[in-house]
Amino acid sequence: MVEAEQGIRLVATAKETILWRIRHATRDVPEEERPEAVAVERAYRKEDRADRGEIVARFAERAAEYEAEVHRVGPAELPRAIEEALRRRGVRRLVIPPYLPREWIPEGVETLHDAARSRLTNQELDESDAVLTGCALGIAQTGTIVLDAGRAQGRRALTLLPDYHLCIVRERQIVGLVPESFASLERAVKGEGRAVTFVSGPSATSDIELDRVEGVHGPRTLEVLIVG
Amino acid sequence: MKKSDAFSPGPTPTFEESAKESLSDSQLRRNLGKATQTIRRKRAEAVGEMPDWEGLREAGRALKERVMRHLDEYLLQLEESVTRAGGKVHWARDAEEANRIIAGIVKDHGAEEVVKVKSIATDETKLNEHLEREGIRAFETDLAELIIQLAGETSSHILVPAIHKNRAEIRELFMERLGAQNLSDSPSDLTETARLYLREKFLAARVGISGANFAVAETGTVCVVESEGNGRMCTTLPPVLVTLMGIEKVIPAWRDFEVFMQLLPRSSTAERMNPYTSFWTGVSEGDGPREFHLVLMDNGRTDVLADEIGRQTLNCIRCSACLNVCPVYERTGGHAYNSVYPGPIGAILTPQLVGIGDPGPDSLPYASSLCGACYQVCPVKINIPEVLVHLRGKVTRHKQDRGGPRQKLDPENVAMQTVARVFSDPQLYEKAQRLARVGQWPFARGGSIGRLPGRLAGWTAVRDLKPVPQQSFREWWRQNRGSV
Repeated sequence: MVEAEQGIRLVATAKETILWRIRHATRDVPEEERPEAVAVERAYRKEDRADRGEIVARFAERAAEYEAEVHRVGPAELPRAIEEALRRRGVRRLVIPPYLPREWIPEGVETLHDAARSRLTNQELDESDAVLTGCALGIAQTGTIVLDAGRAQGRRALTLLPDYHLCIVRERQIVGLVPESFASLERAVKGEGRAVTFVSGPSATSDIELDRVEGVHGPRTLEVLIVG
Repeated sequence: MKKSDAFSPGPTPTFEESAKESLSDSQLRRNLGKATQTIRRKRAEAVGEMPDWEGLREAGRALKERVMRHLDEYLLQLEESVTRAGGKVHWARDAEEANRIIAGIVKDHGAEEVVKVKSIATDETKLNEHLEREGIRAFETDLAELIIQLAGETSSHILVPAIHKNRAEIRELFMERLGAQNLSDSPSDLTETARLYLREKFLAARVGISGANFAVAETGTVCVVESEGNGRMCTTLPPVLVTLMGIEKVIPAWRDFEVFMQLLPRSSTAERMNPYTSFWTGVSEGDGPREFHLVLMDNGRTDVLADEIGRQTLNCIRCSACLNVCPVYERTGGHAYNSVYPGPIGAILTPQLVGIGDPGPDSLPYASSLCGACYQVCPVKINIPEVLVHLRGKVTRHKQDRGGPRQKLDPENVAMQTVARVFSDPQLYEKAQRLARVGQWPFARGGSIGRLPGRLAGWTAVRDLKPVPQQSFREWWRQNRGSV
């Protein structure tokens, strides 16, 4: 803002100018019109009425279609399934986010715990082999895993730098349609301003001759264990 | 060498001139043909499984209309929300001001390198060149953007910017510019090379720069939609994040993502959902950047807003579906448009953003057969043909207003006025048809007209013309069913 010595403003700020330009450009809009008065018809599906079994099966199928490796396991088998998955990938150093259920943490690998008071450095994350997390939601319609930096997920860098992401999804966390996911995330975002990440399959590119290559910058392998 | 484009100073070549060059490049045409056909087919499948697609399109259109009619209110609300969430909002009247603000932030942190996630807005402002002049190196981190940055070229497709390059060319480039040794030309080896090169940059960068797909007025949440993970890297790892967005990208509420996050991935990459989408709200304690700057840029957008027919252009969510269905784009590719916004949407957005009067942008509304395929696939229902015709009128009027009597007697102008007169009077129209039937006999051979004489030859140089039939429908009706 430029002000003359007498305190009279000579030059408008960028903000004032842009707002003035907008008001001038939209002078066809009646002064008294409120934004809500512009009708928005929401004639689309907001809830999947299929039964739970079908929704969970759809999530498993669609997550797998996007090249995530998907297994369904019972609660009692989960710890073993985790250990097996890690062994198959030869994981030695595993990143653990805060509040991960204790029974999920496997034996026989070095665990790197991230905590608010002692954060892992980016270097440590980069040099780790894998990360094990829960999630906020799964979306059946699109096979998407949603992370919201909540319990058992940790901050965003944890699921970004390690090359292998093993994610545990509880059946009851799976919603049917995309609109259901945004509805249930509303509180985390509005109330706490938490960062949200949608993950649908591993990182991918088709930039070279449209050939799909998995694993550009994010984890090259995404494995999902669905717990009944 | 960088070609001058509509957003650089100086006059731009016309679409016709540049298209000639692209059309003679057989590699480009092969790549483009393959790419557009593949994406077209996949998009049709992805949209086909959505029984409520039309409902979503209508909701998307209506939400954007609401935003455009009340843009001032939504921007003020966005500023308040971002500020409340710990971010800082800057306003930029034009490209130069936006570049200056961003360079200033980078310098304040003493950074000499920045990592960038693909953003067309920063291509529009020529941010990289500006930063370079200020002694700051910007690293593009999207694979395709990296390829064209290393090659010193410009993007040819919104979504697949290096669509014009083949694997052998990319291998050469990586060996020469990244010092890669013993590199094969398989896409996975080439991708691995880029991964390793950029991982170092991500870990070292102190400032990340991004664009925005959407920003929510209600919560201040900004959203970046991507596939590779470079967007997550740029918006998470550096301690400082700067996001540049056009003022039209604001949406009212968090809940509105339920519309746009269904429309965008299926229209764009023909996926149910793209691999990664990041949503962040200001700064989060202990998670991601400690400092967040959001730059709101006008740069011609309020001029688009002022045109009641052109206004819908601002609905665009940059999905590129219209490029992939366009018969003109499929043949010429993106470079012929001489703009960071190619294809049908570019043909209406570019001339409106930079204003009428430069031969390049002025030629863009004519780079279309008005077939309407773009309107059909547009996820926010922008009536592109309508805006194209409207802009043709503006370009012609501009020529008339600017020109002397010579322009007024321009054959196109005279012809259009004659046609308008004939079309508006049924009797005159029928007379003209009869006259044409008599006049065409020397040219109509074997059911088509292959060559027209004189000034009209330009029309038939590249296409055949159907002759006027021996009997019009109205004549047939009169003869068989009585009077009209």
